[in-house]
Amino acid sequence: MRHVLSIAIILLALCGIVVGIAGFRGRMSRRPPIEVFSDMDRQPKLRPQKPDAFFPNGVSSQLPVPGTVARSQPIQTLDGPVYPFEDSPVNTGLVTGTTNFAPADPLPVTMSLLRRGQARFDIYCAPCHGRLGDGNGITKKIGDMTAVADLHDARIVDMADGEIFNTITRGKGLMGAYGPLIPVRDRWAIIAYLRTLQLSWLGSTNDLTARERAALK
Amino acid sequence: MSLFPKWTNWLPLCIVGCLAFGGAAVTAAVTYYFTPKYTRVGYEPVQPVPFSHKIHAGELGMDCRYCHTGVEKSWFSNIPAASTCMNCHNQVLKDDPRLAIVRESARTGKAIPWVQVHITPDYVYFNHAVHVRRGISCVECHGRIDEMDEVQHAKPLSMSFCLNCHRHPAAFIRPVSKVTDLGWQWSTNADEAAHLQRVEGAKLVAHMRVQSLQNCSACHR
Ligand code: HEC
Ligand code: HEC
Ligand code: HEC
Ligand code: HEC
Ligand code: HEC
Ligand code: HEC
Repeated sequence: MRHVLSIAIILLALCGIVVGIAGFRGRMSRRPPIEVFSDMDRQPKLRPQKPDAFFPNGVSSQLPVPGTVARSQPIQTLDGPVYPFEDSPVNTGLVTGTTNFAPADPLPVTMSLLRRGQARFDIYCAPCHGRLGDGNGITKKIGDMTAVADLHDARIVDMADGEIFNTITRGKGLMGAYGPLIPVRDRWAIIAYLRTLQLSWLGSTNDLTARERAALK
Repeated sequence: MSLFPKWTNWLPLCIVGCLAFGGAAVTAAVTYYFTPKYTRVGYEPVQPVPFSHKIHAGELGMDCRYCHTGVEKSWFSNIPAASTCMNCHNQVLKDDPRLAIVRESARTGKAIPWVQVHITPDYVYFNHAVHVRRGISCVECHGRIDEMDEVQHAKPLSMSFCLNCHRHPAAFIRPVSKVTDLGWQWSTNADEAAHLQRVEGAKLVAHMRVQSLQNCSACHR
């Protein structure tokens, strides 16, 4: 009986050691997961954004050759479909063949475009300009960013849509370029929504129909 | 006098006992440890820059898509370029030593060596866009990223984990506009939330014609 007891104790101690070393599920670990049978887990193929010795700059994701035209659908504008490589106000924010900013949004402004613009504005612009566009985004409170523009400023209200497009695409002053993050169509959607925001501040009760005015009271 | 002393009478029992106990212990250890629930969950590598999702996504309330711009468009959810960080950090913490690598990367274009946390085996086809655009939130597969200072592997991402949802997506689906709002619930009351998940979840599945994909070629192609 004594032996049985001691063997049992030894076995229990072994279990204790295993649990002591291996720990429990979900324990924080700095070491990468063990792949027990890593048969075909890692194949010699390119994955995006990985280090890669083959290319001179050492990463797997390479930029396309300059001048590459993406295979794409044209954007439907008020003047018909436009491809991304065409010199057209949709792509450049400029009146075709000039350096003047396009005065107005070249996309047909619909409710769904405004909804899209609202969602994109809240993602990309609201952290700094605030959801109202008044320049009181969260970075003013926490990050102490003071130079953020108030988008209801008379200068920006009067600004041509093309110039705002240019600001979003290339950045301006302290504001970074958002061209690489936001596709062209979404930039115009944001501008359309921004105009709606501005109108909501400039509007007066006289713009409402009699019925709406009654509902307001 | 016999050849074997008396205690050896116990030996067969002892061997059987040890084998039974040892077998049980090994089985238990294998089921408990030899699974992604143990090997992956909790992985939290040291990143080159002490970037915190808790500050950026939690406190600042930034949307995931501000940085992970590809998540709705492609299979791959990209890690943002240093220029995205510099949109703010050209003013915020402008000269902070913790951001030295980011500033250098933005200047020279040299990639920041982030360590990838979640990664599927190469024989598995995964796609972010298809999930995110059908109302499957980041939180189902990544946990509460917006409460983590350092990204930790929160879910096993094993085949059974994937299938568990693919068998009944209605139990996990939510409105597409709430996908990046990780703390979102149908209701603050747990019973009501479970009820709404059943009712509204079934409606969403029917409305978006979400399929229950269980054939092998969905993920192994
Ligand atoms: C990281 C913070 C940040 C974000 C995000 C941001 N901006 Fe700005 N924005 C600024 C700052 C700072 C300025 C002031 C630039 C200056 O005057 O140097 C500015 C200025 C502007 C101006 C005025 C430019 C002028 O001509 O004076 C417009 C218009 C504008 N932003 C639009 C947008 C839109 C639209 C978005 C969303 C796509 C956006 N911003 C996102 C920081 C930001
Ligand atoms: C919307 C603006 C914004 C963007 C974009 C942004 N940050 Fe920040 N970041 C902040 C603010 C605000 C703070 C808090 C500063 C403070 O604590 O005073 C911060 C803090 C930090 C800190 C310090 C964290 C700590 O523990 O105090 C680091 C490191 C950092 N950011 C890295 C990054 C990296 C890397 C990126 C790019 C992936 C990035 N940030 C993008 C606004 C931003
Ligand atoms: C300010 C930019 C920024 C925002 C906003 C942001 N992330 Fe990230 N995210 C990063 C960076 C940079 C990394 C790489 C460093 C790391 O892993 O911590 C990362 C890494 C991750 C990873 C781990 C990637 C891997 O290697 O497996 C996940 C998952 C993730 N983010 C999810 C989210 C989710 C979900 C949200 C929204 C709640 C979000 N992120 C918001 C910048 C951001
Ligand atoms: C259905 C599960 C699922 C959902 C939902 C999901 N992810 Fe992922 N995510 C994964 C898997 C699996 C990987 C590993 C992919 C791979 O093998 O590269 C991953 C990887 C990532 C990475 C790291 C990419 C890299 O190569 O470093 C980021 C960042 C990320 N996800 C962000 C997000 C964000 C943000 C959301 C929500 C908008 C999200 N994910 C939703 C499963 C998911
Ligand atoms: C929380 C729920 C959920 C989880 C977890 C989940 N999926 Fe899905 N998955 C879905 C839904 C919903 C769809 C959309 C089905 C449809 O097309 O109608 C989908 C679609 C897919 C597709 C698209 C197939 C096609 O034909 O385009 C692939 C591939 C996929 N999932 C792989 C995975 C993998 C791999 C994992 C595990 C890492 C995973 N999923 C985890 C819910 C989930
Ligand atoms: C929802 C997506 C999905 C579907 C459907 C699916 N798998 Fe998988 N499978 C996975 C993932 C993810 C892994 C990787 C698991 C891991 O790394 O832990 C995997 C791994 C495997 C492995 C390797 C296991 C190992 O550890 O080596 C085999 C074999 C496999 N799957 C077979 C199948 C078969 C057979 C079917 C059809 C009945 C199937 N799978 C359907 C997602 C899927």
